[in-house]
Amino acid sequence: MTDSMTPLERTLTAIGQKEPDRVPLFLLTTMHGAKELNMSIREYFSKAEHVVRGQEILQKKYESDCYYGFFYASAEVEAWGGDVVYIGDGPPNAGRPIITSPHDIPSIDVPEVASCKNLEKITGCLKGLAEKSAGTIPIVGVVMSPFSVPVMQMGFEQYLDLMQYEPDLFWQLMKKNQQFCADWANTQLEAGANAICYFDPVSSPTCIPPDLYRKTGMVVAKETIARIKGPTATHLASGRSMAIIDDLATTGTAIVGTSALEDIGEVKKACNRRLTVLGNLNAIEMRRWTPAIAEAKVKETIARAGPGGGFILSDNHGEIPWQVPDSVLLAIGRAVKKYGTYPLDTK
Amino acid sequence: MEQALLSVDRVKAGRIVKESCSASSPFTCLETLVVPALEEIGRRWENGDVALSQVYMSGRICEEIVDAMLPPGDPRRVDQPKMAIAVLEDHHGLGKRIVISVLRAGGYEVTDYGLGISADDLAKKAISDNVRILLISSLMLPAALHAKDAIAQIRKVRPDTRVIVGGAPFNFDTNLWKEVGADAMGKTASDTLALVRGMAAEVQP
Repeated sequence: MTDSMTPLERTLTAIGQKEPDRVPLFLLTTMHGAKELNMSIREYFSKAEHVVRGQEILQKKYESDCYYGFFYASAEVEAWGGDVVYIGDGPPNAGRPIITSPHDIPSIDVPEVASCKNLEKITGCLKGLAEKSAGTIPIVGVVMSPFSVPVMQMGFEQYLDLMQYEPDLFWQLMKKNQQFCADWANTQLEAGANAICYFDPVSSPTCIPPDLYRKTGMVVAKETIARIKGPTATHLASGRSMAIIDDLATTGTAIVGTSALEDIGEVKKACNRRLTVLGNLNAIEMRRWTPAIAEAKVKETIARAGPGGGFILSDNHGEIPWQVPDSVLLAIGRAVKKYGTYPLDTK
Repeated sequence: MEQALLSVDRVKAGRIVKESCSASSPFTCLETLVVPALEEIGRRWENGDVALSQVYMSGRICEEIVDAMLPPGDPRRVDQPKMAIAVLEDHHGLGKRIVISVLRAGGYEVTDYGLGISADDLAKKAISDNVRILLISSLMLPAALHAKDAIAQIRKVRPDTRVIVGGAPFNFDTNLWKEVGADAMGKTASDTLALVRGMAAEVQP
């Protein structure tokens, strides 16, 4: 079967709550590019051109419907002066927290995106991907939400204590993080990203109760997303979403990334055409799937969330683990073509 | 008690304990009031009905209450067998902190090996300290997979060491704990407390 739409047309039609030629697939591979170029993960992420080449190969190979300009989450903490710890078989991780006491918060300077050397390779990558795309393949940029990045800036435990016991310092940190986040998102849009994935796992009801979200993460999201000059997708990075769908729909975001712990059909129903649903293949389990299991999971997910558009098939976390084999990723791509062509066969 | 904990009401939780428990029998208080409340909160987290922040705060409050009744070092604390906990390879320590709080609220002492420890160093420490029950927490999949190396090294020297693993990768792939060679997986901190109780009765001090 031949695709009649470009990946960008397919994605925009799905986000417009209509059925495109087939279900868009956002296979969010990052580190797999290093395998393709026969490099270590560290070497791969050291230069923009590596990631441009890697994304080009991966998009063609798995027939994914986007370029993913995401390097690794800890790049933002690196911009704030933190360390990045490289490992051989996983994403570079944040080192020790940069905020060791809440009382450091008032004196922390917000980094200027334009002067962050480590972010230059990411904007360089987005520029390279924009040339390759030539307006046919959506390019996804990524920010950590101002509300979730403190988990890396100061540690989750200390951050929960801050939220609970030091509201003034909490809001001071939010203001600083919002400034950086909006600046970083807009820099990526200027470099060529078509949309920004706003990673916000702490807002998930998995991490904080919905009533606390409404007083904190939702307020931060509304203010921040309003400052981002392009479309955004909120990804809860494996966290649940159902209890805050109505709230998420008011933040200005267009898409919600859902958890494998939820029924994606129910999430889509709750979204009620206000948000597009992205998800929710289990990225951790995927490592030991067979191609047959991958096909069955894709078929089931499309059957639950595909009808009517408003759905993009993806993993539930926003990053496919290094350990997931090619055979499974190729099977996912094949299965989308087999079961995701509209009109769907819902028998 | 559960409601007081979920709403982070330290004063109310403390009052409930004071009114319900006799100072002379702190373990009865743990068994009948504190642990059941934490177990129910753990079950509700597993079902998606309460949030991690509530589990964390509940554990902290209960730990403080129990520390007041049974100060650290109190001979009545269940300090045998030797237990230790670590976060393998990264600096995400919330899961470890919650487990320590819940174990302490359950009357146990646990040695904290900290964050960012390598599989080799964890194995060396656990062997040299003759740890009988080792708890390994991980947030990232690679770290969870590397638990296998630590467990294999420990088992070579001390085959009867019990290992409980926990953290997001294990919750998203419920077969992973078997693959890494652990004896059990703690889906929640209170689940881990129940596992520790079962194992404590079996292992040699």
